[in-house]
This record gives sequence, structure tokens and C-alpha cells, in this order.
Amino acid sequence: MSLAFVRRHVLTVWSLFFFGYLLLPIAVVAAFSFNQPRGRFNFTWEGFTWSNWTHWNAIPGIQSAVELSLEIALIASILATGLGTLMALALVRYGFRGRATTNFIVFLPLSTPEIVLGASLLTLFLNFSTPLGFWTILIAHVMFCVSFAVVTVKARLVGFDRHLEEAAMDLGANEWTTFRKVTLPLIAPAILAALLLCFAISVDDFVVTYFVAGPRVTFPIFVWGAARVATPPQINVIGIGFFVIAVTAMLANVVLQNRRAQRA
Amino acid sequence: MTAVTPVADGAPATAEYDIRLIGLTKRFDDVVAVDNISLDIDRGHFFALLGPSGCGKTTTLRMIGGFEEPSEGRIELGGVDVARLPPYKRDVNTVFQSYALFPHLSIFENVAFGLKRRGIKGGDLRKRVGDALELVGLAGLDRRKPRQLSGGQQQRIALARALVNRPRVLLLDEPLGALDLKLRKEMQLELKRIQHEVGITFVHVTHDQEEAMTMADRIVIMNGGHIEQVGEPSELYEQPRTPFVAGFLGVSNLLSGTIVGDDRVKLQDGTEVRVPTAALAGRQGNVQIGVRPEKLRIGGGEENSLSGTVAESAYIGVSTQYILDTPAGPVTVYVQNDRLGAQVANGERLTLGWSPDCTFVVDAQEDT
Ligand SMILES: Nc1ncnc2c1ncn2[C@@H]1O[C@H](COP(=O)(O)OP(=O)(O)OP(=O)(O)O)[C@@H](O)[C@H]1O
Ligand SMILES: [Mg+2]
Repeated sequence: MSLAFVRRHVLTVWSLFFFGYLLLPIAVVAAFSFNQPRGRFNFTWEGFTWSNWTHWNAIPGIQSAVELSLEIALIASILATGLGTLMALALVRYGFRGRATTNFIVFLPLSTPEIVLGASLLTLFLNFSTPLGFWTILIAHVMFCVSFAVVTVKARLVGFDRHLEEAAMDLGANEWTTFRKVTLPLIAPAILAALLLCFAISVDDFVVTYFVAGPRVTFPIFVWGAARVATPPQINVIGIGFFVIAVTAMLANVVLQNRRAQRA
Repeated sequence: MTAVTPVADGAPATAEYDIRLIGLTKRFDDVVAVDNISLDIDRGHFFALLGPSGCGKTTTLRMIGGFEEPSEGRIELGGVDVARLPPYKRDVNTVFQSYALFPHLSIFENVAFGLKRRGIKGGDLRKRVGDALELVGLAGLDRRKPRQLSGGQQQRIALARALVNRPRVLLLDEPLGALDLKLRKEMQLELKRIQHEVGITFVHVTHDQEEAMTMADRIVIMNGGHIEQVGEPSELYEQPRTPFVAGFLGVSNLLSGTIVGDDRVKLQDGTEVRVPTAALAGRQGNVQIGVRPEKLRIGGGEENSLSGTVAESAYIGVSTQYILDTPAGPVTVYVQNDRLGAQVANGERLTLGWSPDCTFVVDAQEDT
């Protein structure tokens, strides 16, 4: 290996190393989802089997936990993205009193430690005697997802040419038609990205959820509870399942944008 | 565009106003961008709004288009006050400086946008869009996206997208600003041709005086939020009424003096010059007289004359420019190089003559 070769490929090598670092844990999780552990812990390789995948819900409680997580993530990401888009529009478009403060407040949940958020939300719910469960989880998830949605959509709106909307109105489109025909299609990629981001953040949130879940068990809480007595390989199955769904959705988004850009 | 009735030779059919601005004012916090302007714009004319940067041209245009609400005043379109109406309820269309083509829509969809809002569809829609694209010389590009077009082509699409709606008035905010010089010259003539063909009133904002002179039937010169003068290009050039207009359009020699008769002004050095009687109507006291450099002749034989020494000269091919020091102030003169060896050396004494008809009068300078 000559020096020139190394120099030419140093970036490649570095990238491979970096990707390995990122992907190795996931690869291990994926591999161990096919393991046939002898004991209760899935830590050493014993043999290959499909049965963890075919019997993914064989562990009592795992199916309802997965369902709850998906349900919460779906509703929370839609609500948070809707709210976040409107907030981003307001923050970028309108000068109003308290805009700077609102900007700051939106940023707060992103920079506050989750454990603080979770604890204070719990205090809040207890003080208002709100029964803990589905609704408190949903409220908490919408709350911390909204910030991510606002930031994502805002980034797109800042570079938005206002003349485009003026041109639409100039050509006879009222405010609503202008939003539908011009604004929305142009910020759609950001909205989609926000949706995916919120879903991914919500589906695997543990810290905040643990505080406000009450008797309900989401998938991360299930894993936490199970891990103290056993780690069935089904946990790996579900984990990889979530991962594959998220990655597929993101790739689909990227491909869609590229295809659009090419056609454009 | 077949459906637009071309107005014969571009002249207004009736002396009807398309736009009237009455006492229009726009304040932004502490800035007065447009200061109480009133203006009538005749139907079918090519109007240019000309002025230096920041004089309020864009703000005026945006108020007519409906993107900026006037602080005071009225905007009448065909006799109806539209000052408080949203843009989509006004019968005007705008060509934006940045073109503002919708990047996610094809050229066809861009041009069809306005027509679709009015419920036009099917064959009628396709025909009208096709006609508009043909008018701007871009038939056949309708399936492309804006970013696949050159700057000049995008500019034409922006024009087609606005014109296809056959508005009462077309507003253009420096539509040629982003084009290179050669393309800009081409588009100036092209725009003029199109305006002639469709007969729609054009209000064209520019800070390029040559562009305004080339294209417009009438020019409005703005400065610091108010209107300095309105008139035909030759009128503004030959009879500027304010020192600003005299200096903004071409080069002027302005000499301070005092009115001493119906048609006579005494310059600071005591020379008396004759000016058109009309130019002094309603004036008294101190004024400035103006003469364009190309109106001055070397030697006598004219009614007005002034002598001085050559301080500077510049040979520029077709003509030579001299700056003379005269007792009444510095004077620039352009001399045609119609004979060989007729150059005058620096320091030589010359007498300049000019006709009273070529003399205009503007207000005295404030600070002297
Ligand atoms: N939205 C705004 N807020 C505050 N001030 C503004 C706003 N728009 C314009 N102005 C001010 O109003 C004045 C006139 O601006 P305008 O854009 O109309 O000038 P213009 O003649 O179009 O200049 P240019 O040739 O540079 O485009 C300027 O002093 C400008 O700073
Ligand atoms: Mg401007």
C-alpha cells in the first residue's frame, strides 16, 4: 500500500470506520433477534432460529405494549406536526408581541434534560389530579415533539420566497388557495420530515413516558421492566422492526424528494 | 394573444384613466417611503416610474398591486377605489423582479395559474396558455419546470403568466434588472413590442434612465418619496422643471442667476441671458438656468453667450467633452468631431453660444 493510496482512500476508510461504529450495535441487535438463548438472557449466541420472528408476540404483554407505542406515536406525531407547522408559520411570518419569547419557549424542551421534563410533567398532572395513562402519555409526547416539528418546518420557511405567495394572490388566489397551491406543496418535504422525526422520537421515548404513564406500558417501558428478569429475543425483533420501519420511511422520503427534484 | 383587442398604434382610444393615485402616502414606522403622491395614468400607455434607489418606486407599485396597504390616500382602478382590497380582487397583475415563478409547477401550470383561479379549463385554457407562450416566443416549453429555463426565459414566462389574465394594468418591478446588458437591450424592445400588441397599460419601475427613455411613452420621475415631474421622455429632457430632474436625466449645466425681466435672467457674473418667457412664468427672484452640453456651440452667432477657459477636455471619438471655467460657474460642452484637427487645448479661451429656446429654468439651489 503506497502512501498515495492511503492518502486517496483516507476518507473512505474513515467513513467505513464511522459507519461501522454507528451500525455495529444495530447489527448485533439484528443478529441476536435470530438467537435461540438457553437461559432467560439473550447475551450469548446459541443457535439460529426463525421462531422469534414468527412468534414475536409470544411474550405476555409485549403485543399490547407495541400497539400502545405505535398508537401514541402515530397520534402524537400527527398532532405535533400540525401544531408545529402552524407555530412555525406564525413565528416566521408574523411580527407579534412576544415572538422572541415564543421562539425561546419552543426551544426549551429541546434543551431541558428529559428527566426534568418528566418529573415536572408528573408534578403538574398530580397537582391537577389528572389520572395517569393514555392521555397523559399523549400530552407529554405531543409537548416534546412539537419543538422538533417547529424547528424542522421553520428551517424551510426561513428560506421561503414570500414573493411566491404574493404572486399567487396577484394571480387571483385567495389566502386559502394560496396556502393550498403554493405554500403547502413547497413546505411539504419539511412537514413530512417533521412527521417522521416526531414518530421516531415518540415511539422510543422512555424517560418522560416512565414518569407519566401510570399503569400503561409502552414498548420501551416493557423492555425496561422485562430486562430486570429476562431479555427475550422478541425485544430485538420489535426493536429491529421499528428500526426498519423508520429507515424505510426516511429513505422513501429522500427518494421521493430526489425524484421530485429530478423531474423539476 | 388573439382575444386581446389591440389598440390602434398604442394610443389611448379615449382619454380615460386606468389608474389614479390620489394623495397616496405610505409610512413604515419612522420612514415616509411614499409622500402624498397624486398621479393619473392613461389607458394603453407605457409608463415608467424612474428614480434613484430608495425613492419609493417599489412601494408605490406594491400599493397598486395590493401587497402594501397605503397609510393614506386612494388608488382608483377604472374609477373604483381599490386601496383596501386584497391583491386577488384587483384587476392588475405583477411581474416580480425575482420572477417568482412557482418552482413546483410546470411552465404550463405557472401560466395557467391565474386562468384556473377564474374557472377556465379544458381546451380554452390550453389555447390561452399556448397563445401567451407564443406571444413571448416560448411556445413548446410548457412541460418544463422553471429551474430548467435560463434567466431570460424565466423573465418571459413571468410576463406570460401575468399577461394571460389580460389585466387592466400590468405592473413591472425592474423586470430586466437581473439580465445581462445585451439581453436587457433585447428585452426592452421585446417588452415594447408586446405592450403595443396587447394594448394593456404598463407601469414599469426602473432606476435606469436609458431604459425608461427607450421604452416609455411617459415617465414619472420620483425622488425621496415624491414626484418630481411627469412627462414624455423628450419633454423631461428638454424642459426639466427641477434641478433634480435636470441632473438625473443626462447632464445639465446649471447656472445661478436672478430674474431681471419677462424673459431675462442675470447670471452671477453679470451676463444677461434670454430664456423662453414660458419658463419664467410664475417665478421670481433667484433661479438657475440650464443648458444641455450638446446645445452649446463654440463661437458666437447665438443670442446667449458666455466665455471661459478650457479646464479639462476628453476625446471620446464622436465628440470631445470640454469643461470650461466661466465667471458664472463651470460649464460642460460636447463638440462633434466633424472636422480633423479642431481640438482646443487646455487653457485656451472660448466663447460659447446657445439659443434661448434651448434654455430651461429650475429652482435656485437651496443652500446658496
Ligand atoms: N417593509 C419596509 N419596512 C420599512 N421600510 C421600508 C420597507 N419597504 C421599504 N422601506 C423603505 O422605504 C423607502 C422606499 O423603498 P422602496 O423599496 O420603495 O424604494 P425603491 O425606489 O424601489 O428603491 P430601489 O430602486 O432600490 O428598489 C426606503 O427608504 C426603504 O428603506
Ligand atoms: Mg425597488
